[in-house]
Amino acid sequence: MEFFERFAIPHPSPAIYASMVAIALTMVAIVAGLTYFKKWGYLWREWLTTVDHKRIGIMYLISALLMLFRGGADAIMLRAQLAVPENKLLDAQHYNEIFTTHGIVMILFMAMPFIIALMNFVVPLQIGARDVAFPRLNALSFWLFFMGAMLLNISFVVGGSPDAGWTSYFPLAGTEFSESVGSNYYMIAIQIAGIGTLMTGVNFLTTILRMRAPGMTLMKMPMFTWSVLVTNVIIVFAFPVLTVLLAMGTFDRLFATHFFTTTNGGMDMLWANLFWVWGHPEVYILILPAFGVYSEVISTFARRNLYGYKSMVASMVLISLLSFLVWTHHFFTMGQGALTNSIFSITTMAIAVPTGVKIFNWLLTLWKGKIEITTPMLYSLLFIPLFTIGGVTGVMLGMSAADYQYHNTMFLVAHFHMVIIPGVVFAMLAGLTYWWPKMFGFMLNERIGKWTAWIIGISTLVAFMPMFFSGLDGQARRMYTYSESTGYGPLNMISFIGAVGLAVGFVLIAYNVYYSVRYSPRNISADPWDARSLEWATHSPVPEYNFAIVPQVDSSEAFWDAKKKGHELFKGEYEKIHMPNNSGVPFLMSCIFFVWGFSLVFSMWIPAIAATIGILACMAHRSFEKDHGRYISVEEVEETESKLRGAS
Amino acid sequence: MKIDHSLPLEYSTEENRLKILGFWIFLGAEIMLFATLFASYFTLVDRTGSGPSGADIFEITPVLIETIVLLTSSFTIGLGVHAMRIGNKKAMLSFFAITLLLGAGFLGVEIYEFVHYAHIGAGIQTSAFTAILLTTLGTHGAHVTLGLLWGTAIILQVKKRGLTPETANKSFIFSLYWHFLDVVWIFIFSFVYLKGMM
Ligand code: HEM
Ligand SMILES: [Cu+2]
Repeated sequence: MEFFERFAIPHPSPAIYASMVAIALTMVAIVAGLTYFKKWGYLWREWLTTVDHKRIGIMYLISALLMLFRGGADAIMLRAQLAVPENKLLDAQHYNEIFTTHGIVMILFMAMPFIIALMNFVVPLQIGARDVAFPRLNALSFWLFFMGAMLLNISFVVGGSPDAGWTSYFPLAGTEFSESVGSNYYMIAIQIAGIGTLMTGVNFLTTILRMRAPGMTLMKMPMFTWSVLVTNVIIVFAFPVLTVLLAMGTFDRLFATHFFTTTNGGMDMLWANLFWVWGHPEVYILILPAFGVYSEVISTFARRNLYGYKSMVASMVLISLLSFLVWTHHFFTMGQGALTNSIFSITTMAIAVPTGVKIFNWLLTLWKGKIEITTPMLYSLLFIPLFTIGGVTGVMLGMSAADYQYHNTMFLVAHFHMVIIPGVVFAMLAGLTYWWPKMFGFMLNERIGKWTAWIIGISTLVAFMPMFFSGLDGQARRMYTYSESTGYGPLNMISFIGAVGLAVGFVLIAYNVYYSVRYSPRNISADPWDARSLEWATHSPVPEYNFAIVPQVDSSEAFWDAKKKGHELFKGEYEKIHMPNNSGVPFLMSCIFFVWGFSLVFSMWIPAIAATIGILACMAHRSFEKDHGRYISVEEVEETESKLRGAS
Repeated sequence: MKIDHSLPLEYSTEENRLKILGFWIFLGAEIMLFATLFASYFTLVDRTGSGPSGADIFEITPVLIETIVLLTSSFTIGLGVHAMRIGNKKAMLSFFAITLLLGAGFLGVEIYEFVHYAHIGAGIQTSAFTAILLTTLGTHGAHVTLGLLWGTAIILQVKKRGLTPETANKSFIFSLYWHFLDVVWIFIFSFVYLKGMM
């Protein structure tokens, strides 16, 4: 019995017990369902072992949407607690746990996989490739991310959630002040997912640098691919910092080292610095692909070439460099002196310049365009003004002297939500709607889609604008309640209403998927939006080899020019196509990683060592395995092609 | 699989070229990893708390042995790759084996060093300085350990399957990794040990 005590929740509540029961029931239902419908084999063959970038993309997508609901449930609880003064819905400890997991889940397990989902699905198609450079590694990336996310998600029913904020500053996150295993989960779950992301970075850089269709020079790449290229450079340079940081945090917690303690030479500010050396580039990892999506959507539905292609590229490269030079702006108030603060104020405000260039490029693309308002376009049009509010308040925060007033208030919370939601979340929803027909062969319902976009757009304003004001009035963030005399009550009630509106919007997305699966016509063309880049030149849904013949490109709007100027994309004959084999090892290895992580969280050394050996064994297996892939014969290609041509 | 015979074996297929580029990018990430460790080391180097400083605990003899052994191994793996290029499988295997033996020798001395530190009261829990020192050295040592396992796997494969585009590619990539560890060691030697002893 004693052994099991460690798994108990330190601060139980009826809600947590209810979740335990709900989780158990869901698991039983899934297992029963799979068994009853005899889908285990299908699941294993088609999904768990797949190395196809399109399917991996779809798995990232499903995970991201699930995590959006988990993080959203957290958000609603937070807002409900704050809706009225001195509310007793949550106590301080639960509030801490919930804002911590909300932040981690939303940033690392919702926004990141959403971006990687689109990246996986779209980039190889946009560059005319048949897969990524290392398909097996890609599967491993996904499963590591997935297992990391699952590990964090079980924390609230096994052992307790992390509660030191998603920034997990020491000494608060050290063993002295965070006794439960919650912060161990933080260190190890994010570590596992982070290694997956790093591998994604290596994979996509190689893919984009080496696997573009003939004729597609760097400056002829579609803008989304450019944004992904720049993003992955940031990933490769920023994520190793996180790896080291989390390893040191793990050592402090598990092995009583003194990296970040307040005794024996430890330095708590080292954590804050390294965290944001990774953390600020991380926010650009999130926003740059979002900018890429907007570029695609806006030029497609304005029916014009993107204005200022070169300045778009240059501004992204500049942003990626600057993103590594601003990290101290997250703790201007934590004592580094006026000179340092001034320097970082300037670098911070400098980022607004290339970002502004992009905003004007989009506006100039719209100018004189024949604008067609579709759901993705609606999100993009809502993005421009809303994101500008977030950006401008960011510049306010960047002024270090003034930041003493804003820091750690609701003003900050309003700022980053106004950049992350209109910037990243809208872009992901736009991209989801835009590429959905390519993924699944039918469109999402436009009427529901536009309603959703409006609801989400307006609710974002309702939820977050009041926080600017209550923040300026001094309402602190991460505080579980406030007294009536502060007068924050009404503003927080408005925020709560906005949060409910957002929840309605997210439920509508799910409803739209359901509705469209049932009622959307399946006989759509391969190019339903009259779009511009190569992914629309192949069938929907896309055959496993992507393109029967590798396309030949001679402009950045290859497919558009093929349609309008008669440029011929597909020259030559069918040839046999080389494809990678499926493999269960990435999934298996990631499961072992899960066991490894779980054992470390609870300091169970023997299973941890066993899992380490298991991981090494998987690597050895990969080394000795002979895997030359397989060929799809010309006849097979012909057959698939004629079938798909008939279908679309 | 199209094989381009004008190129060295390890570059001869498209897949091989992708792998080499991918590995270089990975090494870029590794550079960031060690750069973070070094930055933390420089931040914490004087924060010794009640524990010893570098000057108190560093000993030149084992460090010199480690350095010489590891530098030699970088040379021998270079010879190994050269032998591979001229198609001399036997010489290549011998040089790879020597490289790994030297690597094992390095690791042996490093383990001795760690035990010694623990004995004289400079364990990982002593101070911020010892924590970052042992973590930096340990990360490098862990890379060498993994290299020993990986290198053994490659020797076995070359022995059994001969020099094919695949095995040549693996051997070449392994040599990149090994040289990289050597470069990192040079930084450790100069900026951790020499600077610490001065
Ligand atoms: C449904 C819409 C959302 C609502 C109502 C909401 C609300 C909140 C609230 C109330 C807090 C805690 C403030 C505090 O007391 O410190 C918070 C924190 C945070 N949120 Fe959201 N949020 C939403 C969506 C998102 C999204 C989409 C993301 C990211 C992609 C996100 C990222 C964060 C982060 C990083 C924090 C800081 C966590 C921490 O302090 O450690 N949120 N949010
Ligand atoms: Cu920042």
